[in-house]
Amino acid sequence: MSEENKDNWMIWEVFIRSRNGLSHKHVGSIHAPDAQMAIKNARDVYTRRSEGISIWVVESEAITASSPDEKEPLFTPADDKVYRHPTFYDIPDEVGHI
Amino acid sequence: MQKELLHYTLRLGDNALILGHRLAEWCGHGPVLEQDIALSNIALDHLGQARMLLQYAARQKGESYTEDKVAFFRDITEYYNLLILELPNGDWGDTLARQFLFDTYNYFFYTELLNSKDDHLKAVAQKAIKEITYHAQWSAEWIIRLGDGTEESHQRVQKSIDDLWMWTGEMFTMDEIDQKLIEEGVAVDLAPIKEQWHQKVAEILDVATLKKPQDDWMQSGGKQGEHSEYLGYILAEMQHLPRMHPEAEW
Repeated sequence: MSEENKDNWMIWEVFIRSRNGLSHKHVGSIHAPDAQMAIKNARDVYTRRSEGISIWVVESEAITASSPDEKEPLFTPADDKVYRHPTFYDIPDEVGHI
Repeated sequence: MQKELLHYTLRLGDNALILGHRLAEWCGHGPVLEQDIALSNIALDHLGQARMLLQYAARQKGESYTEDKVAFFRDITEYYNLLILELPNGDWGDTLARQFLFDTYNYFFYTELLNSKDDHLKAVAQKAIKEITYHAQWSAEWIIRLGDGTEESHQRVQKSIDDLWMWTGEMFTMDEIDQKLIEEGVAVDLAPIKEQWHQKVAEILDVATLKKPQDDWMQSGGKQGEHSEYLGYILAEMQHLPRMHPEAEW
């Protein structure tokens, strides 16, 4: 164990894939001293009721999140671009069902 | 009914029941939430194994018996678990050291029980081996982290291993019950298990920077129903309710 985490365990984000063909989904977080124990702790906390067949863990610190302050410049410009949705376009009758 | 097979089934069932009971004492007291849940999960695994084995024992004893009757209405001298499993939990390191020493044994034991000629014991082994494999990995990981952790964790877990060592010899003792059932292909020969156990324990302790104690005088008696006073307290707590209210249901 490295010096900085000997008293406090790191926080890890847990991602579970519930079955083949689906992607891993974020389910929550856990404490653990290292990656191997994080997998085991995630197994014990989040898959007790057969929720998954695969686990990913990543140190919470490694995640870069967008800032709430940037909400407007990041997300509002998309609000008036309705033409980005496929439903914006009329499909000619000749095309039939796609 | 064959009395050797019943005794043998009870040994395995009692190991699971008493260890499950001990581990359940950690529920709500674990050092962190994750480990509290982990130990409670493991306790429930053992309880599930105990049920399968005690159901089998009840069936051998006759129609009037049930798993509950076998668990709650036997007295201390009729319990055949290993002594190491009835010892108090101690601190986190003591509990993990016991888990490591027993889980490693249990892993090799149940791997071999998969070849038993007794269909029921074989079926129990097939179900239990997955759980036991996880237990053994989990407790070995912990011993490595405690041994190779801080100076304090190293010293404390070394003491836990040293203190528990004299209780490990009993895992490998064999009496006439074992001999008879080994001849029939039902029981596990513990001589090769002992070798595998020593090798694996040495390997993990080495990674954990811990010293493997020398084999010296060993405690024994649990398999024959001779127990420490600790089992009496466990049974009192476990049995007083069904004995006071035998018809109670919920």
